[in-house]
Amino acid sequence: MQPVLELKHISKRYPGVKALENVDFRIFAGEVHALLGENGAGKSTLVKVMTGAESKTAGEIIIDNVAHEFATPIAAQKMGISTVYQEVNLLPNLSVAHNLFLGHEPKRYGLIDHKAMTTQAEQLLSRFKLDIDVNADLAKYSVAVQQLVAIARGVAMSAQVLVLDEPTASLDAEEVQTLFAVMEQLRSQGVAIVFITHFLDQVYQISDRITVLRNGKQVGEYLTAELPQTKLVEAMLGKELQQLTARRSNPDDKHMAGDDENAVTFSNVSAKGSIQEFDLEVPKGQAIGLAGLLGSGRTEVCNALFGIDTLSSGSISLGGKVLQLSQPSDAIHAGIALCPEDRKTDGIIAPLSIRENIILALQAKLGWWRYLSKTKQQTLADFYIDKLQIATPDADKPIGQLSGGNQQKVILARWLAVEPTLLALDEPTRGIDIGAHAEILALIKSLCDEGMSLLVTSSELEELVAFANKVVVLRDRKKVTELKGQQLTSQHVMQAIAEG
Amino acid sequence: MFKQRYLPLWITTSLLMVLFLIGSMQFDGFASSRVVMNLFSDNAFLMITAIGMTLVIISGGIDLSVGAVIALSGVATSVLITQYQWHPLAAFALILPAGTLFGALMGTIIYSYRLQPFIVTLAGMFLARGLATTLSEQSLEIDHPFYDFVADFGFELPGAAWLDLSTLIFASVFLLAILLMHYSRLGNNIYALGGNEHSAQLMGVPVKRTTITIYAASSFLATLAGIVFTFYTFSGYALAAVGVELDAIAAVVIGGTLLTGGRGFVAGTILGVLLMGVIQTYISFDGSLSSWWTKIVIGLLLFFFIVLQKGLNGKPAKTITSH
Ligand SMILES: Nc1ncnc2c1ncn2[C@@H]1O[C@H](COP(=O)(O)OP(=O)(O)OP(=O)(O)O)[C@@H](O)[C@H]1O
Ligand SMILES: [Mg+2]
Repeated sequence: MQPVLELKHISKRYPGVKALENVDFRIFAGEVHALLGENGAGKSTLVKVMTGAESKTAGEIIIDNVAHEFATPIAAQKMGISTVYQEVNLLPNLSVAHNLFLGHEPKRYGLIDHKAMTTQAEQLLSRFKLDIDVNADLAKYSVAVQQLVAIARGVAMSAQVLVLDEPTASLDAEEVQTLFAVMEQLRSQGVAIVFITHFLDQVYQISDRITVLRNGKQVGEYLTAELPQTKLVEAMLGKELQQLTARRSNPDDKHMAGDDENAVTFSNVSAKGSIQEFDLEVPKGQAIGLAGLLGSGRTEVCNALFGIDTLSSGSISLGGKVLQLSQPSDAIHAGIALCPEDRKTDGIIAPLSIRENIILALQAKLGWWRYLSKTKQQTLADFYIDKLQIATPDADKPIGQLSGGNQQKVILARWLAVEPTLLALDEPTRGIDIGAHAEILALIKSLCDEGMSLLVTSSELEELVAFANKVVVLRDRKKVTELKGQQLTSQHVMQAIAEG
Repeated sequence: MFKQRYLPLWITTSLLMVLFLIGSMQFDGFASSRVVMNLFSDNAFLMITAIGMTLVIISGGIDLSVGAVIALSGVATSVLITQYQWHPLAAFALILPAGTLFGALMGTIIYSYRLQPFIVTLAGMFLARGLATTLSEQSLEIDHPFYDFVADFGFELPGAAWLDLSTLIFASVFLLAILLMHYSRLGNNIYALGGNEHSAQLMGVPVKRTTITIYAASSFLATLAGIVFTFYTFSGYALAAVGVELDAIAAVVIGGTLLTGGRGFVAGTILGVLLMGVIQTYISFDGSLSSWWTKIVIGLLLFFFIVLQKGLNGKPAKTITSH
């Protein structure tokens, strides 16, 4: 069999970085090919080169025995390659339907046929079980919906090859299964799919073939069925994975609620249109998990805590003192930090260096007149680069040039550097590779031991039960239950999410 | 959610109606088809220019050269007709493509060198104004049978109103612009550019071609506006239309288009020009107010609309989830 697309000896150099070195990659029709590797391994770069978004330094792209040069994404699209890039956010100002069909609008008498576009958009999204107003602006919808719209766009245009760069990073389990159903359908129609992810169980569920990259080099190509997970991880990391050490130290409540001056208490808190009344206690030195489907109110709890959403009832208090949180800076001064869910819009400041991005929140907390010295900044940055394994030559690289997962790590570092009393992490490990995953969990644990409280939102239940002292389950913007001690298993959490 | 997109449009429309009503109650003859038609024919050149400005601003750019291009177009037309004895139609046939090329050039520079549209079109403004002055420092009177024909051309409307050629030209430009913005791929690409250029590029929008087309269209429309302006003044003058680019920008903003790009409507811009025109008419009917009041009121309106835009956009969309 001949591959539909073959890359030979691809190299890509950025100033000072060899992002890809002599990489071979091929995909066959009717196969899902997983492209795996740690953060910064070069996966997205390979995707960009193969789809005309970046030029290559060397190598060949071969389709049907002919070498092609893609100067722009349109050129690749014309050859039947459609792509959902990792960082693409689509266009928030356009309607969902326009986003789906931009450049391929259905026409009638030479004019765009809005009616047809609406129906076709609805049809397309129904494949993804999305029933939304396609004429509303994309910006109105959650990250997950936007991600699904981006994927649907790719699917609609995919002729021969569909490239999905971390499509499942912001989807919940159910949505992932819907996506897989669509992918299987495409596969049986003979479409070749490139699938990038950090979730290994997904790799084994859907893929037929695996290519592993490490440090810009190809480690190997394998058939999924013949590659056990331990071998895969070894190939990705170049060593065996250290077992997760982030077991919570003591499942019993070390600190009694009430006598703890630093406990954060939500009493009767509700915010109009975003979360219904709930109570929650976050004792000092504990990690509290928030579980629930997307849209269940997890992000909203974080928003209320951080002063983004105004409370319509109840109060949030820290050590018995009621906090007035009308804007994020109030929260920061009260010792609360939030690492947001959507780093693309809420997090990174692309042209600034890693160092500047890391010290940003700390500097804001100190006040701009108490300027952090350059050496202090450098020490902080180096500490977190080392601790979180941020793949970069130095701290002065603009954050926009980092790989997706490494950007996420920098944002995490920004909030850790503040050393807050309470840190809220909204999906902290999204898009982060398994090696760094373990490190981050270990870090979370040591932070708790030092007395910091944590409120962590995560779709990965295994991870959540591994480090949380208590997991709060949300459903339909309501708190349904709290699980702790013996009850705290991923099965129980899953049940609570499903049944309420 | 629909409503929010159209909100600025509704506000402008209501303001326009309210002001018109006040005027009609206060003054006899205010609410006549004649006043309305004059609003159109007096402002036709501004409307044509502002339509171009709307495209540019929606795409996330700005075009400061349009006032100067209007003047240049007018002067060049008069020079060709009076000094070289060209037929006006022949002059238009040369000047319109030349103006378009001027815009295409600015667009190419903006795209190729990744320069701020502000700077490039500012340079374009000086260039066009300078060229116009070199062609003729004096105001050149046009005396040609074709211009007499244009002046007489038109249709009688009820109420002693007159539908003249300028208004007809404006109306066709307006219809074409609506088709372009809402029923063509190019229109979608313009909105896409204003949303996020990088994403647009990755989604396959031909950024270079679109950028060039946008500035070419803006200059074409300004050139056309310059010709329409000569129908009105029967002359070309290098110092005419000073500050028209700012009037156009004001109309665009009052019409609800976002200065940061990505959102807006051509129809809104027309409402914006009309609103400014009604204010002017009101002040001239009143007679006792100085014409500077027009500027003051427009200034206040601008403040109001910019704050409104901020309010509409500042709302965090991220807290709204579906499912
Ligand atoms: N525009 C750029 N300029 C300089 N270096 C870059 C640029 N884009 C990417 N890099 C570098 O290339 C390397 C590979 O990045 P890439 O985005 O391909 O990683 P990735 O495998 O997709 O990682 P992730 O899993 O985090 O998304 C990284 O070291 C990154 O810093
Ligand atoms: Mg990537």
